Amino acid sequence: MPYIPLVDHLPGITGLLEYRKDSAEPIRDLTQFLLRGPNTLTEGERELIATVVSSGNKCTFCTTAHTAAADMLLGEQDTSAKVKDNISTAPVSNKMRALLTIASMTRESGKSVTPEAIEIAKVAGATDVEIHDTVLIAALFCLYNRYVDGLATALPEKDSYYNMLAKRLVDTGYTRSPQGYDHLKKGNSISS
Amino acid sequence: MNGIHKMFLVVRFRRYSRFCFIYCSIKRKIIMAHINVPEGVPGIRSLVMFRPETGKPLYELAQILLRGGDSPLTEAEREIIAAHVSNRNNCMFCRDSHAAAARCLLGNEGTLVDDVIGDPGTADLSPKMHALLNIAGKVQIMGTEVKQPDIDAARAAGANDRDIHDTVLIAATFSMFNRYVDGLASLTPTDPKAYEEMGKRMAEKGYSIPAPVTSNTN
Repeated sequence: MPYIPLVDHLPGITGLLEYRKDSAEPIRDLTQFLLRGPNTLTEGERELIATVVSSGNKCTFCTTAHTAAADMLLGEQDTSAKVKDNISTAPVSNKMRALLTIASMTRESGKSVTPEAIEIAKVAGATDVEIHDTVLIAALFCLYNRYVDGLATALPEKDSYYNMLAKRLVDTGYTRSPQGYDHLKKGNSISS
Repeated sequence: MNGIHKMFLVVRFRRYSRFCFIYCSIKRKIIMAHINVPEGVPGIRSLVMFRPETGKPLYELAQILLRGGDSPLTEAEREIIAAHVSNRNNCMFCRDSHAAAARCLLGNEGTLVDDVIGDPGTADLSPKMHALLNIAGKVQIMGTEVKQPDIDAARAAGANDRDIHDTVLIAATFSMFNRYVDGLASLTPTDPKAYEEMGKRMAEKGYSIPAPVTSNTN
């Protein structure tokens, strides 16, 4: 049971973003720009950063949702599974390995990010903007994970909900649907 | 001076130069941010000037959470939560700037925020604020650390849904800001005067994004 009254048909973060809409708006805008805006990192790569951080924070809702989004964008399920298991042996480029390492350090604490880790990323070809965005995506998911679990939000009744959510995140992104989410009321498993 | 002596001096000089070079490189790395942000601009301001596209929603979020009119928590109470979480995350820039803002907002009771940073348990706060700071501290560790008894204690002390929601979201938001500021090694001033000025600005004008140009003004 969530610690505050949230609507039944919107599990995880989705109910919180409808609970207080004025604070949800800049959070949505920030996420939309970081994960879907113009960037030299692909949308799939940025979803992998979100996935690794959520997995490290053991946030079930965020990990499952962003794994599903990453898988959909990458067209396979192998990479997300392996980066969650072990970044150093996962099948990603050296630049992504260095950026995912920085994301994991940021997840622990801002102070855990070492000059050496930054140097390795730069040598592997990461730009300042890519390093900036990696740290901010990691920090943003430390917000999300704490928001979602700190208020004990519900998990979806059916796992198929995550595929529907991932499709929405891939097709329309993170901005609020203009018509709201009342159309999801009849059942979590019904596609939007 | 014979040849051997000369050689000895040359080797020592080379070693000394190398030591100076390495020392300066390390010092530069300690002082400089990890990325090329405007020099001399402290903390998050340097980061949002580097990337105004993300800076805009970040400042909007701070303004809504810490100054937005419809929260049941006072502006000072919200700044105390921000300073408390930043202190627990060992983020000196965020702790000292939000503590300075809280001091301005608290007026005569300004030292209350210093008591919270020192030991929240002994600070002269309302039972509701004690319970909410306990929740904020747990959120700082991890969301799953917040348990039903923590929520029950806050409700027993008079906290409503929005008090609890806003506390968790402010604590989660500062878990982001602290990581952003320190993860990119942005400049942390050590002069208390710098924070006094920041706190005054934050208390009087709130949170508005600085112009995205390189300048040395705060």
